[in-house]
Amino acid sequence: MTAFEAAALTRSYHLEGVTVDALRGVDLTIGDGEFAAIIGPSGSGKSTLMHLLGCLDRPTSGVLKVGGVDVSTLDDTRLAELRNRMIGFVFQSFHLLGRTSALDNVALPLVYRGVPRAERRRRAREALEAVGLAHRLDHRPSQMSGGEQQRVAIARALVGDPQVVLADEPTGNLDTRNGDEVMGLLERLNADQGVAIVLVTHEPEVAGRARRQIHVRDGLIERDVA
Amino acid sequence: MRTAEAFRMALEALRVNRLRSALTMLGVIIGVSAVVILVAIGTGAKDAIEDEISGLGSNIILVVPGQLNFQAAPTQSRLDLADVAYVRRVVGDPSRVTVSVQSGESMRVGRNEAFVTIVGTDENIPNVFERPLKRGRYLTETDIDTRRRVAVLGSEVSGQLFGDLDPVGRQATIAGVRFRVVGVYDKVGATFGVARDREVHIPVTTAQRLLGVQRVNGIAIGASGPDVIDSLGQKVVDALVARYPGEKFSAVTQTQLLGTIGTVLGMLTGVLAAIAGISLLVGGVGVSNIMLVSVRERTKEIGLRKALGARQRDVLGQFLIEAVLLTTIGGLIGIALGVGGSLLIEALSPVPASITLWSILLAFGVSAVVGVFFGVAPARRAGRLDPVVALRSE
Repeated sequence: MTAFEAAALTRSYHLEGVTVDALRGVDLTIGDGEFAAIIGPSGSGKSTLMHLLGCLDRPTSGVLKVGGVDVSTLDDTRLAELRNRMIGFVFQSFHLLGRTSALDNVALPLVYRGVPRAERRRRAREALEAVGLAHRLDHRPSQMSGGEQQRVAIARALVGDPQVVLADEPTGNLDTRNGDEVMGLLERLNADQGVAIVLVTHEPEVAGRARRQIHVRDGLIERDVA
Repeated sequence: MRTAEAFRMALEALRVNRLRSALTMLGVIIGVSAVVILVAIGTGAKDAIEDEISGLGSNIILVVPGQLNFQAAPTQSRLDLADVAYVRRVVGDPSRVTVSVQSGESMRVGRNEAFVTIVGTDENIPNVFERPLKRGRYLTETDIDTRRRVAVLGSEVSGQLFGDLDPVGRQATIAGVRFRVVGVYDKVGATFGVARDREVHIPVTTAQRLLGVQRVNGIAIGASGPDVIDSLGQKVVDALVARYPGEKFSAVTQTQLLGTIGTVLGMLTGVLAAIAGISLLVGGVGVSNIMLVSVRERTKEIGLRKALGARQRDVLGQFLIEAVLLTTIGGLIGIALGVGGSLLIEALSPVPASITLWSILLAFGVSAVVGVFFGVAPARRAGRLDPVVALRSE
């Protein structure tokens, strides 16, 4: 089983009559349980690649299979369901709902899966315990540190038992100590639960902790080091 | 996502933005309560006038000279007592016909003075009008025939001139002429602003001499049943026209009055409701406006929800339910205020207000529809947001 399988993937944007090729033909396979980092300078196309892998966007051409399913055959609704079941997201700026408790933030993906409220809360509690936040269930994001907020976001990414966690600069807004803690958490998840982790970063030290580094430059994969 | 879940989410969103939700609802609240109150006032006015008209008695026909026209001054009467006798023969039952000669006069008892409406009439008053006695007796045929100076007082006149005393058998002076009180009517209220409790009934013959006239102002007939009113009225009018060729007479029935007034007041109520409806519409535009702002402000939240697996219809549903909750909660509060306001107006002011179920249902239905109608555009915009663009927005 492979988490992602991309062949000749391109993505172009049309901005005020100018066409920008963000990705210019990417071939990439990421297997189950891998821990990979996509690394490149800003403007290299790494964010575009992550959006495509995360099914938040559709390729201009090429084939992308997520969990063996060709995403071009899916309509918006099926794509949303695929995101919900297969992929967990961790963002640089956490993206938690501001006036909602940690528990409800974590339970949110299960709402869209139609999981009953009691079970949602149980699973969200377990996920928060797994990231070491059992004592913060009813706290709101504003009552937590950045590191804690990112751990809530990781719990949210995990609560639906995804195949892959896509982390977009997960340490970008954190100090070294908290960043280190978050990376440790991702490593543990990968090792203990076998969840594939795909990390997008521009920091070589962060990328160095992954077992595979995919270097992207000018919309192409420049180097792929395992 | 389940519907219950969507409602929970929408309520949560409204709760989080309490002040904004309240202000947005305010437009709907004002619109709905305005509809309920204004329709209640319109309906109350109509009910009150209908009560007055039917309070006169039942199956009454008023025969007046000239063409019935609310805008023109009353035609000078040419009817006299001989004509009344003629109408009695036409009707067939003389006791169902009564007459009136009216004039405003001052009436005194000792130092007390009251300005009253003198009505010269006859013994048939109770056969035609709803006019129960409190004390004493009605006018009799002998009173009319012998031109007695006797009077039956309206309840207000009795109170003004005699206070708590029983006036029956006591003397009173009308325009300098001494009369004996023989009866007092029960309180009956006003009809078309005519205060019937300020009337004093005296024999029509006495009244004609007192006022120096030969004419009568009008003839009233009590029909034996509702189905003969129109035909009897027409028969009397035809007979009078036959007697006075080339002149015009009219028979006015309660049904005609009710019909004319009902139409006018119905239109008035409609206009009031329409004006209130416009304010409801403005409230709806406010909802739309706020929802658009809300979608813009929560773009990142929408992007996140989509990333986590919200489908287009989940996001659309969430925002649509928010809009509909805003207007229906506003609608319910508006109904409560409207009903409360109507009851307050009814209790504290002379304006009658009668709450109608249809106005409540209509106002609530319209506010719900307004929510859907004005919520759809913002909700669709939210549902269609591209998650990548939405997540990136700051």
